[in-house]
Order: sequence, then structure tokens, then C-alpha cells
Amino acid sequence: MNKVYINSIASISAQKTFDNSLFLTEIENYEANVIPVINPNYKDYIPPAAARRMAKGIKMGVVASKIALQESGLDTIDAIITGTGMGCVRDSEKFVSAIIDNDEQYLTPTSFIQSTHNTVGGQIALELQCKGYNFTYVHASNSFESALLDAKLQLELDEEKNILIGGVDEIGEHTTKIHKLVNHVKAEAIKTSDVINAQTPGAVFGEGANFFVLSNEKQASTYAEITALKTYNTLPETEVLHEASNFLKENNINIEDIDLLVLGNNGDVDFDTFYTKLTEGFINTQQAYYKHLCGEFNTASSFGFWLASKVLKTQTLPEAVKLNNKDTASFKNILLYNQYRGENHSFTLLKQC
Amino acid sequence: MSKGVAITGMGIISAIGNNVVENYQSLIHGKKGISRVSKIKTNHVNDIMVGEIDFTNEALEQQLGLTSDNNYSRTALLGAIAAKQAIKDSGITNINAYKTGLISATSVGGMDMTERYYYDYLTNKATHKYIEGHHAGDSTQKIAAQLGIEKSLVTTISTACSSAANAIMLGARLIKSGQLDRVVVGGTDCLSKFTINGFKTLMILSDTYNTPFDENRKGLNLGEAAAFLVLESDKVVQEENKKVLAYVKGYGNANDAYHQTASSENGDGATLAMQKALEVAGYKPENIDYVNAHGTATGNNDLSEGRAIIRIFGDNVPDFSSTKAYTGHTLAAAGAIEAIYSVLALQNNIIYPNLNFKTQMKEFNITPQLELKEKPLQSVMSNSFGFGGNCSTVIYSKEQ
Amino acid sequence: MDALKQELKENLIEQLNLEDMTTEDIANDDMLFGDGLGLDSIDALELIVMLDKSYGIKLTDPKEGRSIFESINTMAAYITEHRSK
Repeated sequence: MNKVYINSIASISAQKTFDNSLFLTEIENYEANVIPVINPNYKDYIPPAAARRMAKGIKMGVVASKIALQESGLDTIDAIITGTGMGCVRDSEKFVSAIIDNDEQYLTPTSFIQSTHNTVGGQIALELQCKGYNFTYVHASNSFESALLDAKLQLELDEEKNILIGGVDEIGEHTTKIHKLVNHVKAEAIKTSDVINAQTPGAVFGEGANFFVLSNEKQASTYAEITALKTYNTLPETEVLHEASNFLKENNINIEDIDLLVLGNNGDVDFDTFYTKLTEGFINTQQAYYKHLCGEFNTASSFGFWLASKVLKTQTLPEAVKLNNKDTASFKNILLYNQYRGENHSFTLLKQC
Repeated sequence: MSKGVAITGMGIISAIGNNVVENYQSLIHGKKGISRVSKIKTNHVNDIMVGEIDFTNEALEQQLGLTSDNNYSRTALLGAIAAKQAIKDSGITNINAYKTGLISATSVGGMDMTERYYYDYLTNKATHKYIEGHHAGDSTQKIAAQLGIEKSLVTTISTACSSAANAIMLGARLIKSGQLDRVVVGGTDCLSKFTINGFKTLMILSDTYNTPFDENRKGLNLGEAAAFLVLESDKVVQEENKKVLAYVKGYGNANDAYHQTASSENGDGATLAMQKALEVAGYKPENIDYVNAHGTATGNNDLSEGRAIIRIFGDNVPDFSSTKAYTGHTLAAAGAIEAIYSVLALQNNIIYPNLNFKTQMKEFNITPQLELKEKPLQSVMSNSFGFGGNCSTVIYSKEQ
Repeated sequence: MDALKQELKENLIEQLNLEDMTTEDIANDDMLFGDGLGLDSIDALELIVMLDKSYGIKLTDPKEGRSIFESINTMAAYITEHRSK
């Protein structure tokens, strides 16, 4: 079986991450419960005629895919696999409210078309003129991981050479509003640095697009190797640590060999306990978190994947993501763990190249 | 690695039947499930026809034994019913005896409840339970729970109208590569005001019975349905001495990269998908005995698909028909509905008639199968195409 | 008629998100589809809704739109003849 590499990355997030030469050197601090992305200049990447009907999610996805493709040095790609929890949710909101508000009259097709979950993947294919395999996964906090799993399988079996994968989700006003009602969004505005110790229910909602070119051939730009990935629809809190050690064992790695544990903590007092349970087995390991920087969304873990890739390539760990301080000298193996509200868990293992 | 991908169980609920047997009976007796919409209050009631399932949500909840505080969307309800049938049909008693995953497909997800309670959420706390039921993955999580699938690979695919075909494709690849021993694959979509109005804005809804591959076709009828299949590896089939209904032999997905919603005139994406599926199966076009076409009865699809079929099969186009005239277009579920129809065709050596056809299309001279036809079948090709240029083909066969 | 044409241009820019354009950029006889403004079939559907909403004209077949939406001139002529509001 082939090895699978991350050959390029791209991130549009609530931090200044779209410039690949920077690595969280300057942190954007928020005091909020919803944090939108810092927009790149979309016009630099998308011609106005193509951009005029694009939802924000599509713009973010198309630009991130172009940045990733550029860094990989490729003009074309064999396949495009995206993950998105909600798709272009603003357009879904627009269309539903128009149906209700106008009593099913004078409706226009654009917002309906864009509310189709695979609209980002389809638009990227259009922009890149890629006629290859094109899948979209929409499985909550395992949307991105499902895309990753699919791409990894194809590259391992040499079905394709280079695959563009990405996670993308956008903030929708109404969706956020109703998620506040059920305390999935924090009631209070909170400072970025305080998210981790919030001790309140709910998360700070965010949005973003993180795209990667994966390949079964290593090249100069390569960030890391993807060693393994496993997803779970359910996993009791009491079994997280046990499952993590099983996962590592299956891949012939000891807990001591993990140089960095990247966790999906979002400051939700009711569910961060899953991460706490896991860290009990990793007391001597350097730990990092990231959702205070990008917010929580269904594909936020793709930002964690971006972070880990960057750490392995640059061999540096930005201060803002450190959960403890272990003075780790070098980063060889990184384990990522994520879940949302106790469901759809994933372990991802990355290795330095 | 598993050489074969065996289908060992099937479950379905659609406008033409509440289980596999009922669906088959409707298919061979030419019984359509198309009517005026009754369960959704819409101003378009007299402008459209749909393929609606008779059961109310309450009846479906009762069948599943759900308590009144449940937050199942109709998509989840239909999906759970079909998936449970498939498990039963496969004779599975202990689902976790083998590494079992679930891959479901949906495009509507919990939109039926979202559109019902959109503003009510802001004022009525009793509706709040449906907020988390909106996203597409929710119906899949519920189906997994209904089947008792735990700590396993469970995911959802949404590529518009090719979604379920893609779920089957991923499932087959996971079995072949040895990642899973068994996987439940399929799709579910309920009718909603959202899709009714959405397709209405695209002006591709027929105001009467849809007529696939007819020169005067006026568009599609939306339908609701769910269908799931159990795929198992050679190992499970041998160890459990399972009866194999058919095999997933080939599959291919390609993108048309032409337009956000429309298919390219010459069906580039569709041609590529069929080509890839033949390649994976190790088949030549002449190995295909019947094509269950996507055939939505929109002007654009049937022309594009017909041309693609000619590009693949040349002068020897096999018997083909669309079953959309029976069920309506069931969107993300269509690929799984038609997978089951394909397997039933193989099992019974039957080709279903393409209903409602009157006039030959001008652009080409291929004509769908118009009468029920008995013929020994070895392999059936099923097409599913969706928005975003998404084109999928799956080949079902009697041989491993 | 000139006022209608100006109004159509404004509506076109707003409805179709032609962000970088002004009404001066659209000549009355410019081809709106294809090589001209580059509008496509989805824009045509948007324009059909605009006809209905602003001028009370209902088209049932998108093919009818082709000749009507050829240019601002053809649109204005059709609307003037058929409008009910």
C-alpha cells in the first residue's frame, strides 16, 4: 500500500491564515460568541463573472482550493472530496425564509441551487475543470474526516495520485440564533484566551475553509504523512482513552511516541470532559487546542489538521495553541482527537516526513 | 481484501410499496405511485404531481416504536424503516459480530421540520428538539442507533441526486479494501416544501405524470423514498453461509464540470462515469444486459444521458428504461431505490417498462423498453446523476 | 420606454449581482446572453421571476425567455406589450 502525504495546505479562518508564509505569529483576539473568518481578497482568485452568484462558503472553498493547488505546484487534480456539515447554510436560510415570507411566490433558483450540499465541490470542479471523482460528505463533526478517509483509501490503493480535500462551513444568522436558544452557542461573549476555561455550556461558533492536496508521492513542499485515521459514530467518555491506545497499538505506536496531542476543546463545560479523559493518559505529552482561534463548526477539525500539518513542517508550536508546556524539542508524531457534543469522534495520526 | 462485494439484504419504502415485495409487484404490474401531494400544504398542489408514501409520520413513528418526545425528521423515519428491513432480510441478528459500518445519503435531511418550525423555534420551546435534527448527518446517526451500530464508521454523503449511488460505491470500496466486513448503504429523502419550491424555480417539474425519454417530456415528479442494502465481504458470506442476492461489480463517479445544475449536451460526465464503472467491473459494454437509466424526464437529463449511453454502447445499446415514472425522482435516495430494482431485475430476469412513453425523441433513435420483458440477465447498469455535475454509475451482477 | 429601460438595467444589476457594472455599461442592444453580458440559464430563470414580480407577466416555459431576454430593447418591448402591473 502507498503512503499518503499532505503536499499542500490552505486555510481561511478567523485568524490570518490564508498566507502560508505565516504561522499564527499574530493572533486575532475576539470577545464574542460567534467569530467569522478574516476574508482574503476573493477577487484576486475568482473572476467577477464567476463570483457574482457564489455564496460565502463557495468563495472560501474555491479560494482555499486554489491556494492549496498553487502550493502543491499542480495545475490539475485527479479528484475533489469535500466535507461540510451544513453546506451553504445562508442560502438554505434564504430559501426557507423566502418560501415562508412570500408564501411560495417569486422564488428564485440561485439560493436553492447553492443550498445543495455538494455545491462547493461542484463549483471547485467547475473552476478547475476537474472531471474526476467528486464526493461531498455531510456527517457533522466527521464530515472532513470522512473526506480524508476516502482520499486516503484511494491514494493507498493507487486509484488516484493527487486528491484535493477540504472542510468548509459558513456561519448562518438564523442557524446561529436558534442554536443559541438550545445553548449550543455560548450565551455570553468570551475572550479568545478565556474559551478554554469558560466553564459554561455551548461553544463559540465559527466558520472556515481548510483545504489540502493529498498525494501518494512525496515532494519538496510535503508537510506530513497521514499514518492513520479512524472515525466513530459513538464513543462513551469512559472509553476514549482506551480507544486511543487501541488505535495507537494498531498502528504500532506507543503513547510515549506521541510528541503532540491536538484536541478539539471548544470550551463547552458539558463536552470538553471527553478531552480531559483522554489527556489523563497523556500527562507527559505536549497538548494543543485550536477552536478558540477558529470557532466551532462541523468542519473545524480541518483547522486542527491544518495546525498539525504546519507544526510538523515548521517544527514549531505557536504559543497561542499550547494547552500545557512540555518543552518538546521536535515533533515527529501528532495525534488529533475531535468530537462534537459527544458524537462523531475521530482519531488522526500524522507523522513528520 | 475481499474480491467480491455481496449484496445480502435489501429494504425499501417508496411511493410504490412499503417493502421489497410490494415494490416488485408494482414494477411488474406497471403500477405508478404518482399522485397529487397530500401531506404537504403547498400552493403548487395543482401544478405538480409527486410520489408520496402513504404513511403519516405518526404511523412511521409507531412502526419504529418511538415515543412522542422523539425528534425524527421524516427523512430519518423512512431511512430507519428501510434500513431495518435490509438487516432483517440479510438475516443479521448480531450486528456487531462483524465490523459493520453505515453509509447513508440524503439531500433534504431534516429540512421538513426546519421549514415547519423555522420561526416557531424563536417562540415555542416545544419545537426546539428539532433544531439538532436539521443537519444531514442527524438522520444517519439515528439510523445507526436503530440498527445498533456503535463505535463504528458511520457517514453521510450528499451529492444531490447521485448521493445513494455514491454511498453504495464507498461501501463497496470499504469492503473490497478490507476496512469493513459489512456495511449498510443507501439513502433517504422525504418530500419537503423546500425541494418542491426549489425544483419549481428551476422550472423542471411536470404538472402531470413524468414521461422519461419522451419527446414531449415536461419535467420530473418529485418523490420520497428510502432504500438500504447490506453489503458483505467474501469472509462474512462464507462464514455465515449467506445467500447472495447479487454483487456490486463496478462503479464510477465523474464530474461533468459544465454547469451548476444542468448536464452537458453530450453527457461528458455521464460517459466518464459509465466508462469507469465498466473498467472497475472488468466489463465491456456488451456485458451489460439492461441499463436502469437516471431518466428523470427533464428535457436536459434525458437528452444528455441518452447521448452518453450511445457514446458508450454505440449501435448496440442494451435494453434500457427509467423507473422514475413509477416512483418519481427520489433525489438522494434514487441510487439506492434503483439499486434494489436492478437486483430484483437480475433475480427475476425481468426488465421493467419505461411507463408513459408516447413519442420518440428527435435527437436520437434509441427507444426505452416499453413492455415488461423477460430475458436472462447477467449484469445491470444503474445511472444516477446530480446537481454540481455529479455523475455516478454502478454495475450489479450475478457473478462475483 | 427609456425610463423602463433604465429601470430594467438597474434591476438586472441588482437581481443578478452584476456587482462591477453600472447601468452605463449596458447598451440597449447589447446581447445579454452568450458573448454579450455572459448571462446563463440560471440568470434566465431569475429574470422570469423578475417579469412576474415586477410586471405581472408569467412565463411557463423557460424557452419563451430566450427571445424576450435577448437585449434590454427586446425585454422593454415585451414588457410594454404584456405587463399587467
